[in-house]
Amino acid sequence: MLADITLGQYYPGTSFVHKLDPRTKILATMSFIVAVFLAVSATSYVILVSFVLGVIFLAKLPVILVVKSIKPLWIIILLTMCIHLLTGQGEVIWSWKFISVTKEGLSMGVMMSLRLVLLLIISSILTFTTSPIVLTDGIESLLKPFKRVGVPAHELAMMMTIALRFIPTLLEETDRIMKAQMARGAEFTGGNIIARAKNMLPILIPLFISAFRRADELAIAMESRCYRGGEGRTCMHELVYANRDILAATGIIVLILFIAFLKWGGELCAI
Amino acid sequence: MSIEVKNISYTYMAKTPFERKALENVTLTIEKGEFVAIIGHTGSGKSTLAEHLNGLLVPSTGEVCVDGVNLKGKGNDVRLAKHKVGIVFQYPEHQIFAETIYEDIAFGPRNSGKAEKEVEIQVRNAMQFVGLDYDLFAQRSPFQLSGGQMRRVAIAGVIAMEPDYLIMDEPSAGLDPVSRDAIFTQLMAVFKKRDIAVILITHSMEEAAQYADRLLVMSKGQIAIDGKTSEVFKEQRGTLQEVGLDVPESIKLTDLLCAKGLKIEGQALTKEQLVEYIKKAKGWS
Ligand SMILES: Nc1ncnc2c1ncn2[C@@H]1O[C@H](COP(=O)(O)OP(=O)(O)O)[C@@H](O)[C@H]1O
Ligand SMILES: [Mg+2]
Repeated sequence: MLADITLGQYYPGTSFVHKLDPRTKILATMSFIVAVFLAVSATSYVILVSFVLGVIFLAKLPVILVVKSIKPLWIIILLTMCIHLLTGQGEVIWSWKFISVTKEGLSMGVMMSLRLVLLLIISSILTFTTSPIVLTDGIESLLKPFKRVGVPAHELAMMMTIALRFIPTLLEETDRIMKAQMARGAEFTGGNIIARAKNMLPILIPLFISAFRRADELAIAMESRCYRGGEGRTCMHELVYANRDILAATGIIVLILFIAFLKWGGELCAI
Repeated sequence: MSIEVKNISYTYMAKTPFERKALENVTLTIEKGEFVAIIGHTGSGKSTLAEHLNGLLVPSTGEVCVDGVNLKGKGNDVRLAKHKVGIVFQYPEHQIFAETIYEDIAFGPRNSGKAEKEVEIQVRNAMQFVGLDYDLFAQRSPFQLSGGQMRRVAIAGVIAMEPDYLIMDEPSAGLDPVSRDAIFTQLMAVFKKRDIAVILITHSMEEAAQYADRLLVMSKGQIAIDGKTSEVFKEQRGTLQEVGLDVPESIKLTDLLCAKGLKIEGQALTKEQLVEYIKKAKGWS
């Protein structure tokens, strides 16, 4: 019933991208996002899109799965497209009554929605190819240098691990409670908004109770194993960079340089 | 008057890397008046099968009919047919939500559109069945009860719908022996008083032997054995052991005693029966 949520789901595999160090992947994703915002020309978008396609291919992800990750935001993407289409100024290429579409508006709309799509896809590729636990290990390790300025790196990572760990559990629990109430004749569709909200109570109340119970049990379990925060803790799986990380880093740096050159290269040459 | 399961298969998370076949070509018929135990290891597909019996899951292939109505449809007759099958889930106390015990038990009957007067009668009956005093408990909060009592409230919530087919998914899991016996005594009372079918899901062979007339043994999503309890223990012991189960302890002990030369006639399905047989064999009674 709730199995349609794909964003943030891990797709197990053993590809080159799966095996990369999480820190490499996180930094590469952030660099790619910067690259997306630097890109202005059509050429740079062609390069970015081919790069993403290349990564999907390398990660051996089914294209359908990746496309599905756009689903939660497709309305916003469509809206962005429309707003730019209808409000652009410049050379009119098509008009009907008071609506006119300009060349500039069209290219702006395509660019903006393409940006959104690229951002969504690249971050889903990160979560598809990195298991939540490894991902938080990576985040913790990247945040460590900021400990000195008061960032509680370990605590943040632990909170994220726990949250990620419990998302599927809570979804499963919701599914179970829904089924149990449906077996008692509850119906969750139909009726107006108030009726629907009221119908949700038999799901939400048991769900909250079980979430609190789980939180309580987890806290006790952690304390009884002497958990006391990040001070002096070591990792079971130490993260180490491998040659493939250098390869991937080189790839993304070349990409950024290329995009930056396309944006500023002309000015550089002029000087 | 029966539930007919025709050749159903079910796959969880189909078309993903997490794909998992939970049921494969299961066919069975459960008549009213039967007490059936579905037994098998954790993960053998018992709960999945149970959720098919009232349409909570729709089979990937095959069909399920309740009193001749295919559960695949959406019409009013399908809704009514689904209401005939009550299912008590594993750890049913986790589904309790209302402020008072009365309200929680009344949830099911109200959903099937009963008048308030009728609802009250059904709640009273259901509470009586599970051994909770109406005057004492009806207006109390279910969240202040002990685990065993909460489970009884949850079971009452299903019994109050007066199902023709009552499915219980491991009703004794995590309970102390006293609560467990109480629940089964009450279950037997419901079964005897009203002409219903009870489908008990369990992984305890002792429980199955004690209460069920018919055994359905599941293994890896398929039905390995379907037969009368006493005959299964007599004739299919090998198959039982193949799927990692065995006959109940009382029968094992009977065999050991027989090997030592004690002449025990008949099949001891429970330890009480075994005690009787031993007394008889020894000439003590
Ligand atoms: N919601 C679910 N999603 C994915 N797989 C499931 C789900 N529920 C059960 N399974 C799988 O289906 C198989 C049968 O499970 P289940 O019917 O719960 O077994 P049982 O009740 O006999 O312990 C198991 O292998 C289990 O891992
Ligand atoms: Mg089960």
